[in-house]
Amino acid sequence: MSAILDIADLTVEFPTRREIFVAVDGASLTVEPGEIHGLVGESGAGKSTIGAAVMALLERPGRIAGGTIRLKNRIISGRDRAEMRSLRGSEISMIFQDPLTSLNPLFTIREQLTETITTHLSVTDAEAHERAHDLLARVGIPEPDIRLDQYPHQFSGGMRQRVVIALALCSEPDVIIADEPTTALDVSIQAQILDLIRELANERQVGVILITHDMGVIADTTDRVTVMYQGKVVETGATRLVLGKPNHPYTKSLIAAVPRPNVKLHRFPLLSYDGRATEFRIDDLARNWNKADTDSAKPLFEISGLTKRFLQKRSFIPSRRQYLVAVNNVSFDIRQGEVFGIVGESGSGKSTVARMIAGLYRADGGTILYGGQPVTGSGSLAWYRRQIQMIFQDPYSSLNPRMRVDAIVAEPALHHRLLSGKALRHRVDELLEHVGLGAAAGLKYPHEFSGGQRQRISIARALATQPRFLICDEPTSALDVSIQAQILNILKDLQEHLSLTMLFISHDLPVVRQMCDRVAVMQNGRLVEVRDAEALFASPREAYTRSLLKLMPRLDGLATEGIQDQVEA
Amino acid sequence: MLNYVIRRVFQSVVVLLIVGLVAFSMFRFVGDPIDNMLGQERTQADIERLRTQLGLDQPFPVQYWRFLENAVQGNFGVSYRQGRPVAEIIAERAPATLELAAVSGLFAIVIGIVLGVFTAIRREGWASNVIMTGSLIGVSLPTFLIGILLIYVFSVELDLLPSFGRGDVVDIGGWSTGFLTASGLKALVLPAITLGLYQMTLIMRLVRAEMLEVLRQDYINFARARGLSERVVNFRHALKNTLVPVITVTGLQLGSIIAFAIITETVFQWPGVGLLFINAIQFVDIPVMAAYLMLISVMFVGINLLVDLLYVAIDPRLRGEGNTT
Repeated sequence: MSAILDIADLTVEFPTRREIFVAVDGASLTVEPGEIHGLVGESGAGKSTIGAAVMALLERPGRIAGGTIRLKNRIISGRDRAEMRSLRGSEISMIFQDPLTSLNPLFTIREQLTETITTHLSVTDAEAHERAHDLLARVGIPEPDIRLDQYPHQFSGGMRQRVVIALALCSEPDVIIADEPTTALDVSIQAQILDLIRELANERQVGVILITHDMGVIADTTDRVTVMYQGKVVETGATRLVLGKPNHPYTKSLIAAVPRPNVKLHRFPLLSYDGRATEFRIDDLARNWNKADTDSAKPLFEISGLTKRFLQKRSFIPSRRQYLVAVNNVSFDIRQGEVFGIVGESGSGKSTVARMIAGLYRADGGTILYGGQPVTGSGSLAWYRRQIQMIFQDPYSSLNPRMRVDAIVAEPALHHRLLSGKALRHRVDELLEHVGLGAAAGLKYPHEFSGGQRQRISIARALATQPRFLICDEPTSALDVSIQAQILNILKDLQEHLSLTMLFISHDLPVVRQMCDRVAVMQNGRLVEVRDAEALFASPREAYTRSLLKLMPRLDGLATEGIQDQVEA
Repeated sequence: MLNYVIRRVFQSVVVLLIVGLVAFSMFRFVGDPIDNMLGQERTQADIERLRTQLGLDQPFPVQYWRFLENAVQGNFGVSYRQGRPVAEIIAERAPATLELAAVSGLFAIVIGIVLGVFTAIRREGWASNVIMTGSLIGVSLPTFLIGILLIYVFSVELDLLPSFGRGDVVDIGGWSTGFLTASGLKALVLPAITLGLYQMTLIMRLVRAEMLEVLRQDYINFARARGLSERVVNFRHALKNTLVPVITVTGLQLGSIIAFAIITETVFQWPGVGLLFINAIQFVDIPVMAAYLMLISVMFVGINLLVDLLYVAIDPRLRGEGNTT
């Protein structure tokens, strides 16, 4: 079998005023018909740049500085724009990461499909409409007749990604480049979309390049995999071999950092490949920590009958108003010093629960008792707010870009009038030092830091008031695996040494298994079950929990080098 | 949908009532019109007689109610100065202003959008830089100065276009139009450019900024990745997405084109309602002022209503049939 796409020695450069940044450095890979070829690496590795180079959609001023791209034995790199445009969509197609933003919101699905079909195929209007209908049916969208005339906002995320795939299939391409096609989707939807891509590859003998940072997706879906690091290909081969017996030290460190669904580790091994890992220094922080003397027999939180509804349709008449019940009669306790996890798909209400506990939303029903005191009613809650802090999902939007890092970290303590002047400056320096950024980081602005470093800033900020309770809402889902491992280690250390109690929200089940002592499963606003984490993962009771666990990537074949000594008994 | 329109119309009526009230109450402070209307040789009896005749002896709410009652029927009273019905005077003057506003609005929208799209697509070309720099002049120079400059260049030096007036007009069923004669069209050019230049540069800069934002979106990248031509991507997919904010600002600007035609009309001695209003202020001609303000607010409210309906026409997400499944 001959390769349908052959990338040889590809080099992509981005000239800037000062220097030439080499985004891809001599990368080679081939894709066979019907094969799904995984391209894995962390952000900045150059994997998306390869996809853009093949599509000739490199952002300016990027350019292909060397090497060739062959499609069916024809060289397609270095052709002019008009020629490339006629290839795009017809012989090679692309699927983007975020289905919510990759469809034009102002045109119906029919308009977008037929426009693409008539661009590439010489067909009559009627034939184009018929083809559009067939494509929607093919990608598994029910009632294509009705759906064709709807607009993108009337589709859910998973359905939109199916529409995107239908658009990519408009003219029978030979190669599809899928750039993180399921990263923005729920696990159950992710599985469906990956199945669909798999089917299409088998059925139509399309070659697929699947770009992702998710080892689970690579392990479950791809035939071969290429691992990239800083623009270079470090390893390539059959997926089973590369993941099971990695040769290159970078691949080994990457695989070791992947949270395992089947075993709980005490700490994540930081096989630092290039010495990037900066260790978190917890001991001095613990010495100065203002530990509350607590009665650990009593639960910290007692939550009963918690309910939240959002107004969906306004009306003058109360009986005609329509509500979305986001959280429906949820009760659980959070014990002193434990990490309590909430898992569920998007829309299950897990973040809403966290926001009600944080006091960001007012509960419509039920009570939250903190150390026996109600915190849902009216009255000053300053004492309560001082003891709880929150770490958000997106490290980019959760820090004010116009504030200096020292001001960001100091703000909570300043707000609660805990410290001022020298003592405050000392606390900020100390915290930045502890989270591994160094006190000098305080003089910079958030944009000068990477995602992982920003999340460290968020952690420092959350610790500024010496809280007893930390709410982490998907704290690592925007981060690369190796960075995720570092952040999770920091959180574990905090919990152990500072006897913090944590509420940990995530849709990533392997991460939850690593982090949590007890886990609550939520579905459509209701609590399905609350169990000890290990018991839940080992023997789920409820049918919904079982189906959720079944969707976890199995990762059985992954190398276990470096993680054995961390396995908890 | 119908529900939405009814609600918007209802809100518009409330706005108009409030504007009318504010305008009407302000006129009580601009001076006593009786002083201006009667000469030095007046007696107290003359004053009383005229006051009763004009209804000025009534309490304020009664005056306002009577004003509304008549206004709804298109009767804005009699001009104190000219002694003719205000509706008649305005109907005589309105075509001049409306034609001027329409032409300059069209000029601002068409040229503004074309240049905005052009400068967004060719972001680094020299032509874009020239246009962007030139647009600063349009934003920063005051209207009357632009008018005078244009008169100096095109009327005085080059002698191509008239410097004042409407030229020859044709009367069609009470509407005097300058569109049908060569001199009428020529007379429109300079005032229309003067009036529309600021709005044109504003629309251009807005379209450019919006367009640059939209061109960064994923769906534009995806449209390119599907092999659609640059023309389709830029003018179909991108332009339509820039329209919602552009329409908002354009709508407000069109209103102000009519409202602020006063300066341009003064510079070019354009026989429109703006000039009428200036004269009315000088003579405390309250019925004319009131009618003018009501006319302007009807235009603003009408345009805003239109803008809101256009949003819904353009953006399906606002139609409220959002059953995400």
